[in-house]
Amino acid sequence: MNQGELIATRDAYGRALAGLGGELQDVVVLDADLSSTTRTATFAASYPERFFNVGVAEQNLLGIAAGLAASGKTVFCSTFAVFASGRAFDQLRNTIAYPGLNVKVCASHAGLTVGEDGASHQSVEDIALMRAVPNLTVLVPADAVETAQMVRAAAAAPGPVYIRLGRAPVPVIHGPDYRWAPGKLSTLRSGKDVTIAACGVMVARALQAADLLAGEGIEATVLNVSSLKPLDTGALAAAAGATGCVVTVEEHSVLGGLGGAVCEALAEAKPVPVVRVGIQDRFGQSGQAAELLEAYGLGVSDIVAACRLAKARTT
Amino acid sequence: MTRISELTVRAQRIRRHILRMIAGAGSGHPGGSLSSVELVAALYFAVMRLDPERPGWPDRDRFVLSKGHAAPVLYAALAERGFFPVEELASLRRFGSRLQGHPDMTKTPGVDASTGSLGQGLSIAVGMALAARLDGSSRKVYCLLGDGELQEGQIWEAAMAAAHYGLGNLIACVDYNGVQLDGPLAQIMSIQPLAAKWQAFGWRAQEIDGHDMAAVLAALEEARTTHGSPSVIIARTVKGKGVSFMEGSHKWHGAAPDRAQLAQALAEVGGDGE
Repeated sequence: MNQGELIATRDAYGRALAGLGGELQDVVVLDADLSSTTRTATFAASYPERFFNVGVAEQNLLGIAAGLAASGKTVFCSTFAVFASGRAFDQLRNTIAYPGLNVKVCASHAGLTVGEDGASHQSVEDIALMRAVPNLTVLVPADAVETAQMVRAAAAAPGPVYIRLGRAPVPVIHGPDYRWAPGKLSTLRSGKDVTIAACGVMVARALQAADLLAGEGIEATVLNVSSLKPLDTGALAAAAGATGCVVTVEEHSVLGGLGGAVCEALAEAKPVPVVRVGIQDRFGQSGQAAELLEAYGLGVSDIVAACRLAKARTT
Repeated sequence: MTRISELTVRAQRIRRHILRMIAGAGSGHPGGSLSSVELVAALYFAVMRLDPERPGWPDRDRFVLSKGHAAPVLYAALAERGFFPVEELASLRRFGSRLQGHPDMTKTPGVDASTGSLGQGLSIAVGMALAARLDGSSRKVYCLLGDGELQEGQIWEAAMAAAHYGLGNLIACVDYNGVQLDGPLAQIMSIQPLAAKWQAFGWRAQEIDGHDMAAVLAALEEARTTHGSPSVIIARTVKGKGVSFMEGSHKWHGAAPDRAQLAQALAEVGGDGE
C-alpha cells in the first residue's frame, strides 16, 4: 500500500481478515448475504470451513457470533453498518456487549459514501448508537493501513469491537512505518491556529483543508481520531489548549458521533469553541459519493470555512 | 429409589427453591420457572455432561436459557448440582448478587449464556453447536425456549440456520405452558400449529407431557441420539405447575407470592425442603 493510493477500507479489511485466517485457527467469520461486498468472501474462499453465511438475517448473525465466541472462537462478522448497528442493535447490546464476548462487528458501507443506494442504506447514526453501548470499543479507520492494523489488534485483544468501514476508495494517508495504538489518536500535522479532529474517510479531506488554510496563513493541527471509544481525551485537550479552537469532521450525524464525543470531552477537560462539520441531523439520499459529501456540507471548502469560523470565535 | 423417583424429588426441591427465592426477592417470574422444572431437572441431573468443579470445562454440554426470565429454575438447578452454595439462592435479584434478575454468564458459575431479551437464545445455541462441530467435540447444546418468545422472528431465523447446518448436536425444548404475560397465547398470538412449524423448518419434533419425568427423559434420549438434524421437544406444561392458585394463570407470570401465599405454595409442593 502506497501513500496516495486509493483503497476502500472494506477492501483492506477483506485482505487483513484473509491474512489472519492463516495465522489464527480460532478465527471464524460470519456474514449475512453481503460477503462479496463486505469482502469477507476473500476469507471464505480460503477457509470455507470457518466461514458461515447466515443469509439475510442480521439478528441471527450476531446471535450465532455470540455463541461461537462463548465457545472460545474469535469471531468477525460483517454486514452493512446500518444493519449491524440498527437492525441488530439489541442483539449487539444484550448478547455480545453485555457479556463482553469476543466478537468483532466489522460494519461496512457506513455513511453517505454508500452512494446510489440512498438513505435506507446510509448509516448516519451508527457511531452514536455504538458509542452509547458499555463494554464496546468503537473504531473508525481512516485508510487501508490503519484498517489492517486495527483488524490485527482486534483479533489479538479479547472483547467486543465495532469497526466502521467504508465502501468508497479513499487515499492511503499513512506510511508503512505508521503504528496504530489502541485508544490513542494520531497527530498528522501540527499548527498553532486551529485543531481539526477528523475520523474515517474525512481525514484525507481534513489534510487537504489544512493545505488550503496554510495558503491563507492559518496553521492547522490535524488529528486522526480513529478510536471513538475509548476517546483520547488527554491528547484532544492538549491540542485544543494549544490552538484555542477545534473543528470536528465526520461522515456521520453531528449528533452523538465524533462531534458529539469531542464536545462532551472538551466541555469537561478543556472548553474551547468547537465547530462540527458533519451531517446536520438529516437522512441521506441517492447520488455519487463525492457529490453527496459536497451536498451535505462535507466538502474540503466546508472544512476550511468551519476552521475560519472556529478561529474567529477565539478572538 | 429409582432414577425417576430421584429426579422427582430433585424437581420438588427445585420448586421449593424457586418459590422461596422469588418470595424473598419480592419479584421474579414463578409461572414460567415452575412450568419448566422437570425439563431442567432432567437435563442437570440425568442428561447433561457437566462438572460443577470445572464450570468452564470446554467439552461440557451447554445450556442456553433463552427464556431468561425463568432464571430461578436455572439457579436452583445449578445450586442443587453444586455449582455454588444453595444458601446463595437467597440473594436472587439483590444488589451485588451473582444471581441477577436474568442470567449473566460473567457472574454466575455454570451459566453458559447471558439472556433475558427474548428470542435470542436459539441463535446463541446455534453458534455453540457450530463451535462444537469445528472443535470436533461430541458436546451437545440444549436450549430452553418459552412458548411466548416463539413469537419473535429471530427464533425462526435461528431454526432455519440450525437445519441448514444440519446441527444434530442441538436440542431445543419448548416450555409450552400456553400462557404469556398478558394472557393465553391462543388469544394474544397463536403459535399453532407448532410441531408442524418446526418440522417445516427441518427439525425433528417430539410432543410430550413436560411434567411426566419418564417422558421427558425418553424424549431427551431420543433427541440426543438423533443425527444430522436438530431436534425439538415440545413439552406441554402448566404455568405455575404445582401451586394451585398459580396454575394456568398469567397473573403469576411475573409476580411474587407474599408470606401466606408462600406457605400455602410450599405446602402444596410438598417435600422437606432444607
